[in-house]
Amino acid sequence: MLDQYSPEHRAYLRRIKMRHLVIRGTQVLLLIGLFALWELAARQGWINAFIFSHPSRIWSAAVRLASQGDLWKHLGWTVGETALGFTAGTFLGIVIAIILWWSDFVSRVLDPYIVVLESIPKVALGPIFVVWLGTTIQAVIAMAISVSVIVTIMMMHAGFKEVDPNKVKLAKSFGATKFQILTKVIIPASVPTMIAALKVSVGLSLVGTIVGEFLASKAGLGYLIIYGGQVFNMSLVMASVLLLAVVSIILYFLVSKLEERVVRGRDY
Amino acid sequence: MALVQLKNVSLKYHTLEGEITALESINLSVEPEEFVSIVGPSGCGKSTLLSLVAGLLQPTTGEILIGGEPVRGPSAKVGYMLQQDYLYEWRTILDNALLGLEIRGTKTPETVAEVKQMLQDYGLGGFESYYPHQLSGGMRQRVALIRTLAIQPEVLLLDEPFSALDYQNRLAVGEEVVRILRERRKTVIMVTHDIPEAVSMANRVIVMTPRPGTIQSEHRIAMSSAGLTPLQTREHPAFRKYFTAIWKELNVYA
Repeated sequence: MLDQYSPEHRAYLRRIKMRHLVIRGTQVLLLIGLFALWELAARQGWINAFIFSHPSRIWSAAVRLASQGDLWKHLGWTVGETALGFTAGTFLGIVIAIILWWSDFVSRVLDPYIVVLESIPKVALGPIFVVWLGTTIQAVIAMAISVSVIVTIMMMHAGFKEVDPNKVKLAKSFGATKFQILTKVIIPASVPTMIAALKVSVGLSLVGTIVGEFLASKAGLGYLIIYGGQVFNMSLVMASVLLLAVVSIILYFLVSKLEERVVRGRDY
Repeated sequence: MALVQLKNVSLKYHTLEGEITALESINLSVEPEEFVSIVGPSGCGKSTLLSLVAGLLQPTTGEILIGGEPVRGPSAKVGYMLQQDYLYEWRTILDNALLGLEIRGTKTPETVAEVKQMLQDYGLGGFESYYPHQLSGGMRQRVALIRTLAIQPEVLLLDEPFSALDYQNRLAVGEEVVRILRERRKTVIMVTHDIPEAVSMANRVIVMTPRPGTIQSEHRIAMSSAGLTPLQTREHPAFRKYFTAIWKELNVYA
């Protein structure tokens, strides 16, 4: 295969590959370097290890948690609550967006209310959910939904309205009903928008879940972070934050995988 | 008897700025198997006229009859081809061609087999499970035609159907579409701003005035009626005479 290419082209390909490797290598080195510097600074007493903790203590805190089985419990709660909030928020958001698409009247009436809801920091609603629902999983999920649902509604509704009117006209020329236009044109045409909305709302659901756990939970990474902060166990806080980073990367990766599956064969 | 009849058809649009008369007192009869082209300056309402015949719009006054029956909405007797193919990129070629049957609820093993046969006949055999972006512009336009023909319409409405294609393809696809439509003995109303295209394909060319659109004149084209293909017509000595006459009429408004 490579033999078919001219030496110049092979050199070009090698250059591109090298550059890619250098970028990846630098990324990894940067991370290792930062952690090494952190460790060194704490051990040499340049920074206060009690306040800043350091990587080896964070690691042993994480290992201790894992060996007690607590790590999996907290991780499970956070992932479960995020998944529930994300699924419910996405479903609700899409249903409301469909209603807004279906009825121009409803859409126009609700428009200012949606704009206001969008601009409120949803985190401010947290104490209200706690009073209404108690310190329960329901309150955490309500928080996750409230953070993610408005963005889903707005993105999906905008996506529905952007579908090429000529594609709709074509379906109408065959005598399509409004329901057929929805199921045969609007929804399939909006799949890319849906994926974009999922990518945004998976992160927001995690934000809502963590805030919910801060306020109303006895388990989950959000609870661990608050608890660790209260008892000045910074290694526990840092370990939880790092785990949270891993969780968010995994969630984003899963949505990207879904995207690859769904858009295969389509042309964008 | 005429298959399509427009009797004294007018259409008014209402906007906040006021009332616009798009079409005024249009009278037109199209015979079975006739190919009628409508040319006119842009904004004269020629595409609106097709939307009326397709049942997507209702006339303000007047009446439209197809096969003697008034048009009340989109009907299976009428197939509509838009300016671009508007194939749905999430459907395979076969599923795109089946769209009209699906919407009309007439998708049966027999009709599916007919569509597959048409794809085969018109050079798209083996592309059934491809997606639209994998096909050339000309092939996509043929899929759009098959999608329209699948519902077995008596009348086809073509709204500048070749305008998205480059010149080379436009002539080739036009030649092919005319052959297919003649073979299937379809009645056609085509809107275009391309005078040579109108003259080369049609039995009759209707010239419209600017808004409010009315019919200014009509020209019977001898070549198409004598069975010449569009490319043969373009080479015929009389072609230029038709072209010049229509061009002069339209040039008054330029």
